[in-house]
Amino acid sequence: MADDKKYVETTDTGHGYENRQDIYYNDNVGGRAVFVDAKEHDQESVTETILQERDKDRSPILEVKGLGIDFGGLTAVDDFSIAIGRREIAGLIGPNGAGKTTIFNMLTKVYEPTRGDIIFNGKSTKGMSTVDINRAGMARTFQNIRLFDKLTVEENIKTALHHTTDYGLIDGMLHTPKYRREEERIHKEAMKYLKIFGMTKTADYRAGSLPYGAQRRLEIMRALATKPRLLLLDEPAAGMNPSETAELMDTIREIRDRFEIAILLIEHDMSLVMNICEGIAVLNYGRTIAKGGPAEIQSNPKVIEAYLGKSRGKMNEEEEEEEKDIEAAYKIGTVASKVAPKPDEGHDRKEEK
Amino acid sequence: MADRLLKSISSRGLKNAVKGSEYRKEALISYGVLVVGYILLQLGAAVGFIGHNLQGQFVPICVYVSLAISLNLVVGISGELSLGHAGFMAVGAFTGVVVTRVLEQSIEFGPARLMIALLVAAFAAAIAGFIIGIPILGLRGDYLAIVTLAFGEIVRNFMNVLFFGLDEKGHLLFAFNHTIDGIENNQRIITGAIGATGVTKLATFTGAAILTAFTLFVVLNLKNSKQGRAIMAIRDNRIAGESIGLDVKKYKLMAFVVSASLAGMAGCMFGQNYSTLAPVKFNFNTSVLILVFVVLGGIGNIWGGMIAAALLTVLPEALRQFADYRMLTYAIVLILVMIGTYNPAFRARITAFVEKIKPKKKDKGKEKTGKEAA
Amino acid sequence: MNFLTNLISGLSLGSVYAIIALGYTMVYGISKMLNFAHGDIIMIGGYVSFVLTMYVGMNGWVALLVAMVVCTLLGILIERLAYRPLRGTGSLAVLITAIGVSYFLQNSALLIWGANPRVFPSLFEGINTIHAAGGKLTIAPVSLFTILANILIMIVLTLFVNRTKAGKAMRAVSEDNGAAQLMGINVNQSISLTFAIGSGLAAVAGVLMCSAYPVLMPTTGAMPGIKAFTAAVFGGIGSIPGAMIGGLILGIIEIFSRAYISTELSDAIVFACLIIVLLVKPTGLLGKKVSEKV
Repeated sequence: MADDKKYVETTDTGHGYENRQDIYYNDNVGGRAVFVDAKEHDQESVTETILQERDKDRSPILEVKGLGIDFGGLTAVDDFSIAIGRREIAGLIGPNGAGKTTIFNMLTKVYEPTRGDIIFNGKSTKGMSTVDINRAGMARTFQNIRLFDKLTVEENIKTALHHTTDYGLIDGMLHTPKYRREEERIHKEAMKYLKIFGMTKTADYRAGSLPYGAQRRLEIMRALATKPRLLLLDEPAAGMNPSETAELMDTIREIRDRFEIAILLIEHDMSLVMNICEGIAVLNYGRTIAKGGPAEIQSNPKVIEAYLGKSRGKMNEEEEEEEKDIEAAYKIGTVASKVAPKPDEGHDRKEEK
Repeated sequence: MADRLLKSISSRGLKNAVKGSEYRKEALISYGVLVVGYILLQLGAAVGFIGHNLQGQFVPICVYVSLAISLNLVVGISGELSLGHAGFMAVGAFTGVVVTRVLEQSIEFGPARLMIALLVAAFAAAIAGFIIGIPILGLRGDYLAIVTLAFGEIVRNFMNVLFFGLDEKGHLLFAFNHTIDGIENNQRIITGAIGATGVTKLATFTGAAILTAFTLFVVLNLKNSKQGRAIMAIRDNRIAGESIGLDVKKYKLMAFVVSASLAGMAGCMFGQNYSTLAPVKFNFNTSVLILVFVVLGGIGNIWGGMIAAALLTVLPEALRQFADYRMLTYAIVLILVMIGTYNPAFRARITAFVEKIKPKKKDKGKEKTGKEAA
Repeated sequence: MNFLTNLISGLSLGSVYAIIALGYTMVYGISKMLNFAHGDIIMIGGYVSFVLTMYVGMNGWVALLVAMVVCTLLGILIERLAYRPLRGTGSLAVLITAIGVSYFLQNSALLIWGANPRVFPSLFEGINTIHAAGGKLTIAPVSLFTILANILIMIVLTLFVNRTKAGKAMRAVSEDNGAAQLMGINVNQSISLTFAIGSGLAAVAGVLMCSAYPVLMPTTGAMPGIKAFTAAVFGGIGSIPGAMIGGLILGIIEIFSRAYISTELSDAIVFACLIIVLLVKPTGLLGKKVSEKV
């Protein structure tokens, strides 16, 4: 299968990831504001270095320079800069209220940025609307899941396939042969997505009535169905238990490889971020305090101080506590969402633990 | 590579999930309601079970059912409150009256004239819907409702100062805010607040029923199309809709214009059912009445709205024995039904009762799907 | 001078709209519902006052007070019986119920007082119309009083809402029903109070309106109700000064279009102005822009 081939290829090039990150992110380590770096250094030569290592096409999918937004005098985000390669998985972390979701909202033009440039796929997104952004190839999920609750799972995906569905209003009103042909085609396509995500059985259920985990999957699927080049995931692991999170990590990697896209994610679950993100930006009070690969971030004193705790030792303790919290949350979560695992599923979980 | 990324969600995981509305089922029930209703009324009239008064209501019943369907497109499917549906009805009715009158000499065959009038009325109402749709695009919720209300009032107001007539040669005369002098009474088509007079009635029960079927066909089809899904998606979550690239304004306008043009056709049929027709027929109360059908039938439930429209059109007739008290009774019934259907405590009791009656059947169904899955 | 006369009658009519609009705006602010029965409470207020002066022989002003009490109680009763059971079920269900209540009030009035229009005894009978500028400028005492009453009501209401405990509670419930409840505010009481104030004011508006335009019918309240609602939206629904400004502007537009453009089209012009305002400012003149959190 063609898919398989691509998959192998990308993983092969993937071996160079760590080197690449060193080259790319080295400049920004040490807690200096990236904005300053971007001005001081020749940004283009940096990107070039990465992309030669990484992708055949040279420009990064997303370049953000000096992005900032004020809400009535309050600066929510300032001087945010980032560049994301065409097949990169990048992470955006930071304490609550640091401005991570605000950055997503600026990227997708839910908010219009006060300052800065966003270059997406080589084009400035200035003046584009949320709709234009999606058409240009950026899709996202939301922190608090936003599905079309009253539509079925299949309809949710078909709605996302909207732009590739080729018939007009009259066809829609009269159900012409053209309508039938196209509907048949997008039904098959929607089912393909459902199959990939193991949700074939849910096709006819109302999206709003699905268990939590399935809703998250559907939201990712719906975003993917718009055929994006860059996928923004806002806390994809929120409310998941450790084994689900582990599964999600694999999924995110495989989405990247199978669909050959870049992914930028916001996440509080450090295990997920440190495991799958190749580049990480840390945000605090709307400012970037650090950038780098997982190892650098973990050892960055500023990050540790601002985000993870005050000393290295303490950080580990807190991580452990966090782990416990997650487990507790999982217990509550399973009761609430009534995800009763099938016997074989339960078996899998035990093995993983 | 495996064609799956994730473990399949098991059927047991879907224990609390709800199946979506099935398009086929909804269509079947809706068309069924229409056909059964039509046959019952025809039979009732033939046997003599249905009196003359009620027979006079046959066309209005179809018209109101049709209006309830088209308003459901805005209120239920698009999720916006519209308080000006009667305005589109008025545009259609008066356009229809003028068109049929102008064509009276050239086209002898009534149904053909009616067909043309319906098409022109649909077009005129669509234009009205488009014009009013533009300002409402930027508005949300109750602000949109008030603009539709304002529109309905503006239309009615304009109808009060519109004058149409024919000269000796049969050419159309038009005047705004002043009467047309020097034409005979029988050459007047629309005379300001008096409205249309001397209309040759072209509406028949069967014709009206066919129009209702057409309206139903369009709305149900639209609901199960790319456009309908987009409209409903925006209703469910506007921000998510934008995030997947749906043009919110375009689809809101689309729902509004299609609904307006269907209302225009219904209005045209309505106008062809009376020999005189005053603009006051299309006031705010009429808009509200149609909205009541939609809400009582369950917002978004097409056949529910159809039944509500038919029953509530007949109800005042049926309440005739209460004489003076009939509108009061109507009001009380309306309030009680609303509280009965929407009060959470009351609803909970009903649902509990329904669950009690058929829990086993439901479980069986789930087990079956479970087995299929395994 | 004709212009001034028109302006004053516009301000007077606008004041009536403003007082009615207050009821709409406050009720909308606190319970997010369009109370379509509000206009009919005006009518009830008018009839109560009419009956008391004509048949009981009460002084007009005492009758006004009694009408206010009756309407206040009516408002509380309607909220308790018809709206409270549907609280939190979405605005459409409550809207239809409000329409049901409106039909109920209109048809009750029809049964009690009949369909024939009654001539309302003016509150200001015996007080001469003020003529100024050599008879060119005429000011009806009812106009003057209505304008003053509107100003007074607005000041008292603003003070009440901003300074008193009950007023602050009302604002808190408007802002966030749930949070207010958690802070120990009795939400039911606040909502009842809002309906009481709104309905009491409706009675005042009813009597003033009928004094100026002395025709009383079961449907008397319907159109002013719709226009006052328009006024509330015009000014930004939920805002008390907005209701006042919206009402006044609407009244002036209406009187001026009647005087200078067309009597038949005056309503159309009023509503067209509303649409234009909403085009420019989608939440009305003083309305707050509400943005959804993503």
